[in-house]
Amino acid sequence: MIIILLAGMIVCAVACIVLGNLVKAGVAMAATSAILSIVMFILKAPLAAAFELSVCAGLIPVIFMSTISMINVKSKEEIEEMKKERKKRFFLFPVFLIILGAVVLAVMWPHIVDFSSSYIIPAFTRNVRDILWNSRQIDLLGQIIIILAGVFGVIIFFKESVEE
Amino acid sequence: MSLLFVIFIISVVLIFAIGIYSLLVTHNLMRILISIEILTKGVTLLLIVAGYISKNMAMAQAYVITVIIIEVVLMAVATGLVLGLFRANGTLDTRKMNR
Amino acid sequence: MPLLFLAIPLAAVVVLSLALKLLNEKVALWVAIIIAGWQTVMAAVDIGLCLKSGSDIHSTYLGLLSIDNLSAVVLFAIGLMAFVSLIVAKSTVKESIFNFANMMLLIMLGMNGLVMVRDLFSMYVFVEVISAASFILIGIKKGRNGLAGAFKYYMMSAIASLMMLTSIALIFMSTGNTGFTSIANYITNANGKFPFEIIIAFILLTFGLAIKSGAVPFHTWVPNAYSSAPAPVSVLLAGIITKVSGVYVLMRVFRDVLLNNTAVGRLLLIMGIASILLGALAAIGHKDMKRMLAYSSISQIGYIIIGVATGSPLGFLGALLHFFNHSTFKSLLFVNFTAIEMKTGVRDMDKMGGLAEKMPVTSGSSIIAFLSTAGIPPFSGFWSKLLIILAVWQMSKSAAIVALVASAITLWYFLVLQKKVYYGEPVSAISGGKESTGGILSVEILLSAINVAVGVAFPFILIYLNHAGLLHGMM
Repeated sequence: MIIILLAGMIVCAVACIVLGNLVKAGVAMAATSAILSIVMFILKAPLAAAFELSVCAGLIPVIFMSTISMINVKSKEEIEEMKKERKKRFFLFPVFLIILGAVVLAVMWPHIVDFSSSYIIPAFTRNVRDILWNSRQIDLLGQIIIILAGVFGVIIFFKESVEE
Repeated sequence: MSLLFVIFIISVVLIFAIGIYSLLVTHNLMRILISIEILTKGVTLLLIVAGYISKNMAMAQAYVITVIIIEVVLMAVATGLVLGLFRANGTLDTRKMNR
Repeated sequence: MPLLFLAIPLAAVVVLSLALKLLNEKVALWVAIIIAGWQTVMAAVDIGLCLKSGSDIHSTYLGLLSIDNLSAVVLFAIGLMAFVSLIVAKSTVKESIFNFANMMLLIMLGMNGLVMVRDLFSMYVFVEVISAASFILIGIKKGRNGLAGAFKYYMMSAIASLMMLTSIALIFMSTGNTGFTSIANYITNANGKFPFEIIIAFILLTFGLAIKSGAVPFHTWVPNAYSSAPAPVSVLLAGIITKVSGVYVLMRVFRDVLLNNTAVGRLLLIMGIASILLGALAAIGHKDMKRMLAYSSISQIGYIIIGVATGSPLGFLGALLHFFNHSTFKSLLFVNFTAIEMKTGVRDMDKMGGLAEKMPVTSGSSIIAFLSTAGIPPFSGFWSKLLIILAVWQMSKSAAIVALVASAITLWYFLVLQKKVYYGEPVSAISGGKESTGGILSVEILLSAINVAVGVAFPFILIYLNHAGLLHGMM
């Protein structure tokens, strides 16, 4: 089951970069995030899966679509010419992927038996996430700071300036 | 267990390869953002796999939530930059932007 | 008490944003200047406390922050640089002062947090905070140049952060935790036989941090980012941001986590020597003054990296001192060139000449900064370069000789530059030059005074440290 989902995720990611229309690429990215969220749920990480689904498959495609809609549409001849160029660019891509997969498999093959013995099991068993969140408060503070910075960034960049 | 782990690592490496290839080949500014987004998906998958293997899933979920929040803020700011560049240049093509 | 460094700027940002309608915009700038000045004084007090007690200062509320010698010195540099940059901004930033002051407070927050945490993932979070705030700052004027520079910086920064995060994930897979002490325990227990993924994690971490600090061969974003940023942001970028988010993390990870691993040390030594050579040679060919200063920064960061790579306490002390000195002299050079650009309107050094009679203070402080960069006594740069070269000599003699030669090349080139820009024939385009006024003048005097003071006082500091027993017989 997981193998089918992972294959689907890779197919969606490839579709995301190969598709010409930016709107379709955004939809493919949302599909990738959705499949990743299902995989996370199967691996027993429900909270992260819910977060990933709502944010990366919901909020980020909305941001992308709203930006793409502010950008002008190109003419028909330009679209045709870009399609031909794109086929030339992606010609080498499957070869690249297969070679990379073979290299990784060859490098990792002697280490497969080692992996199970080098895991260190921590002294405490699984805690509830709230207790663990209490020991990660600095990350929480960092998130607040970066959200503030993002708010200022959006105010600065999305405002139409009257002069250059 | 080991075979599944190998499949996960191969899929993470493939997603990285897809993102890096797209980053090297593209000329469109928005596609650069999409490639960075795909790379972030790969790292998220790697974090979850790491949490599953080291049996510390609660910590891994805390990490993933933090990374998702950081990523969405950076994506919003970068989209603002792309919008500003489009307004200043009239095009999203990086080849046309070198004066 | 370390919590104050985080709580006060955060409270200032929140209060300023809530009270926006009631205040004049310039109040934000003054609040930021006061907080930067307060941080400088407080960090100096902390340096004194750390040296006297010999142990770290811990936070009482969160228990996750702590300040030791390295953190205290970097906090002092952060406060000083923010103060300088804000005073420069008072004269050069004309619109959107409110946004600028708030972004400065937020980036100070990010840097303060970065130097005080003791956990690898929290360092990643604060590195992202710093990079988000810095590319908002680079593109804050929304001109074509600034936005293009900000976008290129965003691309390189995102790639570097992803490499760091991948290495953190791989370390987490093997260790189950990401705090410094647990990773250090894991490394000492491994006894030199590391599993495969840990080696990849170390390599990725080193390369990611090298991208962030602008070391060769990942230095291509540095000249574009420095030259397309507005003036106070260039001062801040060159003076502190690249160093904190790249070199400080490298120093902390190398000393406390990797425990001076020799293989990584050798890799850092190679990258440092390449940075020194490339920075020194490439600075000669450029005519735009900001680009020249950017390449010179790459060279100086190479010195800091080879000081760290030796792994000895002497090299570390030299690297830390060079960290602080580079902040002062490089930012002094940027401030001087900003003053020249403001008063005469040119950036191309071929068009400048004979400015010494019109701008005496600027040219005097430039001489001090150039001599300090090249490592001439009695200025501060001499001591830090001496310590670094002494430490590198024990590790690899050829590297020390290369560092010395590059220092000599830098000195020669800067003397030629000084003569041409300040003492040559007056060029006709420079008719309107006057001395810089007010805030920028006082900042120039302040930074040159710090350069001279550290240079003259440093032998006494060394004697004091020796008496306090903190040098552990490394002389």
